Amino acid sequence: MDTIAVVGASLAGFSTAQQLRAIGFDGRLVLIGSEAQLPYDRPPLSKGFLTGELTADDLPLAEQTDFDELAAEWELGRTAVALRPEQAAVELDDGRTIEADGVVVATGASPRSLPGTEGIAGIHLLRSLADAERLRADLSTGSPRVAIIGAGFIGAEVAASCRTLGLDTTLIDTTELPLAGLLGDEFAGVCARMHTEHGVQLRYGAKVSELRTDGSRVTGVALSTGELIDADVVLVGIGVAPNIDWLAGSGLALGDGVLCDSGCVTSNPAVVAVGDVANVYRPDRGTRARTEHWTSATQQAATAAGNLLLSNTTQEVQSVPYFWSDQHGVRIQFAGTPQPADEITVVDGAVDDRRFVANYVRDGQLVAVLALNNPRAFARARRAIGRPAVAA
Amino acid sequence: MIAVCRTDEIATGESVKFDADVPIAVFNADGEFYAVDDTCSHQDASLSDGFLEGCYVECPLHAALFDLRTGMPSCLPAKRPIRTHMVSVEDGWIYVNVAGQSEEVA
Repeated sequence: MDTIAVVGASLAGFSTAQQLRAIGFDGRLVLIGSEAQLPYDRPPLSKGFLTGELTADDLPLAEQTDFDELAAEWELGRTAVALRPEQAAVELDDGRTIEADGVVVATGASPRSLPGTEGIAGIHLLRSLADAERLRADLSTGSPRVAIIGAGFIGAEVAASCRTLGLDTTLIDTTELPLAGLLGDEFAGVCARMHTEHGVQLRYGAKVSELRTDGSRVTGVALSTGELIDADVVLVGIGVAPNIDWLAGSGLALGDGVLCDSGCVTSNPAVVAVGDVANVYRPDRGTRARTEHWTSATQQAATAAGNLLLSNTTQEVQSVPYFWSDQHGVRIQFAGTPQPADEITVVDGAVDDRRFVANYVRDGQLVAVLALNNPRAFARARRAIGRPAVAA
Repeated sequence: MIAVCRTDEIATGESVKFDADVPIAVFNADGEFYAVDDTCSHQDASLSDGFLEGCYVECPLHAALFDLRTGMPSCLPAKRPIRTHMVSVEDGWIYVNVAGQSEEVA
């Protein structure tokens, strides 16, 4: 293999490029990134970057020497517009074509927006550094009232950051108890209480009926309950859609992302997919899943790089899904694949102290672990997932 | 040299953290004591909270392993190594020679 094009230069794409070099690929390596920056870390964008604790200089994913050692050609600020897999060629938005023998699809996902909100000042999405810079600028202009639509992790973290900044903050979600489907009612309730204790106004079980504007700028969020939340800044955090439009006509099997086998190999053996855009077959579940977690991206990178160089699936992604979130000074960590009927037991610490580990057990097996402010016990418990559960 | 604590105050697999120029973590890895900068080179996690496996400590956030002997992260994404500090044990006390503060250490 002489040339590999990596489309997407964030965590997943960059990690795959590093892995390709680490296992001996010494050919031409081209990284194509739609943003102007070298790869940077996104998780702080909703947290320390918003509160001012971190700046853009703190975010690069590697040292300059690491970027140099990669010996790659960087096409930054460029977007891939098409993949021609019969030649494994990637067409760029400036009309050039990168001829490659292997392609890594790592184009990530884009936040979903609310229809009709384009061009209205004060309405934000959060994914990129540029998004975060715009949001931070708006949050630090006067003392804006903030409404956040969607109480997933982005919404919850931004709500916590806004409270750190002392801003009037309302968190809106259509469900009665966000995260209940993942964590179970008790711990989803703990997360909700953390918000109220820190002064976040919760409007759960409420749909957004209308965004009010003065013609150019947002002024409030009208809810289905009839209530109007006055707001100068609105963050929309209602999930993401994988970036696959550019792959129409590529011949790749697409669905919710790029469909891959258990080793991140797509329907074309010269093309692998990693990160948020990859919908990877999970033999343990018998289904495919798209996993938007940091560590999934790096683990998939190692697997995908090996399989791409061999043009064959010799390794499978083995990882247990894991994510963390920092909210109101509490570090939440979760690993595994829970189901609503799992039996949940606190095994270390106490829920009221906001420092504990909880086991999720199904048919006598540990299937998931949740921890608040208990990273070492969490790390130990995470290793036991898939094994018979030990009684508390 | 900083006297950190007595050896029996850090059980196997455990750590203590103290403040020098930056926070420093001291680990007991199966009876061997190692001292490294406490803040992982991803900058947002305290390694003294990390899980110890042999002489590797797992960053509690990203699950990257750092070699306590060299400070090198063992997996991607590569970032700079964390500083390691010389540890000595005398009369049951653990002493740490903070790197960069001593004349012998460049």
